[in-house]
Amino acid sequence: MNEEILIAGFGGQGVLSMGKILAYAGMMQGKEVCWMPSYGPEMRGGTANVTVIIGDKTIYSPILQTFDTIVILNQQSLIKFESAVRTGGKLFYDSNGLKTLPTRKDISIYHIPATAKSAEMQNLKIFNIMMLGGLLEKLPIVNKKFIEQGLYKSLPERAHNMIPLNMEAFSIGANIVETIHEI
Amino acid sequence: MDSNIRLMKGNEAIAEAAIRHGVDAYFGYPITPQSEIIEYLAKEDPFTKRNGMVVLQAESEIAAINMVYGAAGCGKKAMTSSSSPGISLKQEGVSYLAGAELPCVIVNVVRGGPGLGTIQPSQADYFQSVKGGGHGDYHMIVLAPSTVQEQYDFVALGFDLAFKYRTPLLILSDGAIGQMMEKVVLSEEKPRDNTVPDWAIVGKTPNRERNYITSLFLDAEVQENQNKRLQKKYTEIRQNEIRFEEFMTHDAEYLIVAYGISARISQKVVETARNQGIKLGMLRPITLWPFPSKRLVELSQQLQGILCVEMSAGQMVEDVKLAVECKIPVKHYGRMGGIIASPTEVFENFKTLFL
Repeated sequence: MNEEILIAGFGGQGVLSMGKILAYAGMMQGKEVCWMPSYGPEMRGGTANVTVIIGDKTIYSPILQTFDTIVILNQQSLIKFESAVRTGGKLFYDSNGLKTLPTRKDISIYHIPATAKSAEMQNLKIFNIMMLGGLLEKLPIVNKKFIEQGLYKSLPERAHNMIPLNMEAFSIGANIVETIHEI
Repeated sequence: MDSNIRLMKGNEAIAEAAIRHGVDAYFGYPITPQSEIIEYLAKEDPFTKRNGMVVLQAESEIAAINMVYGAAGCGKKAMTSSSSPGISLKQEGVSYLAGAELPCVIVNVVRGGPGLGTIQPSQADYFQSVKGGGHGDYHMIVLAPSTVQEQYDFVALGFDLAFKYRTPLLILSDGAIGQMMEKVVLSEEKPRDNTVPDWAIVGKTPNRERNYITSLFLDAEVQENQNKRLQKKYTEIRQNEIRFEEFMTHDAEYLIVAYGISARISQKVVETARNQGIKLGMLRPITLWPFPSKRLVELSQQLQGILCVEMSAGQMVEDVKLAVECKIPVKHYGRMGGIIASPTEVFENFKTLFL
């Protein structure tokens, strides 16, 4: 099976790079991967989203209307994409900045308070990798050891000294993810 | 992991392919959504750091295509790339390249138009690509990749075909394939080959007739002979170089014809239809010119209808209708202006149109 994932939030939140790390990790595990960004005017401020498909089957369409899993990082994305999770699928969100919370009962919902936790650690840059940690805790589609390798591949060399901190954030994410309800 | 397996953007794959295939020169001018091609080449700096390939940002698209003309005339493997508005600017040069029978590879990462349009993906440059965007009776071979791997592979294939037939060749991509990342298996890097074809301009050599490269033949009879020569070549290409891929066509009662990113979307539509017991298949033209008309005629014997899925108001659909001579219903579904239809949307429209 292929897992079809959408990550949606603000430009600058690390949405695209979060998807990229996931895609790299999947590829290094020998899986088929596809990373399809929204590259339009929205990346110059406003909303940004990325589709990541990982699995063992040939990947057909990178353009999708519904998804197995959606990661929601802002209010606009919640409004736009809550209904796009397939029945039985998973929705992950960070409640920071959300005025409303997801309400669906036919999907599993998980909360990852990554903004609050990374602010507590005084480093908002590790927010996205923390989200990724929470996501993979509940959706183990790639092995964690490949995330570290994925970071080496997707980050420029000057940022490689940040990788241990990122891996720490990844583990914290896995610990702070809370199940709102599961089906 | 094998270092020749990489996660790359479609645009980056084209750039890396150019270096590894031993292309001599790239001339370009940036435009979204294909700027990563020149960006990647500039960063790699193959002229000083790898195999000596020339990478040059020209002052305009027009300058770039004419640099390609010059380099190709010297027998070198030269390429350029742009996106729709920039490709329009290049059309005079393309016609001259066709007239002078010069091989080169041109990449169009299509965006929505007409005019300056949008930066989002589109397939509205089909007519321009296969019917001749420039003036005069000519064709380019047109390859349509639908995966990042094909973006990579078609650079080598493109140069092989361009040199085999002495013709400009177009890789017709789109903003979606250019921007998305997929796994690519890279070939080994080839050194650049300094031998040049015997028709190339390399300076006067004693004991042979001078080579002469032109697209100007003032004498009408000479021009007509040149036209006949070109047409003979196009016939040969039609006979030998048609490429396509079929997906679940063996028992299909309905067929989607789609290329590029639309073919990827349509594969998902076929899968959905099959899960519901609808016998839908897909034919994906890989060469848009020459077009796989003969195969469509063969398939049409078993079909009740054909749906053309394109991100345009309906362009390739005309070639499909010509191929099957409208003996079976041929419909079109597509979005325009940079909007990509989702598989769900295409499937719903397929059902409305045919079932």
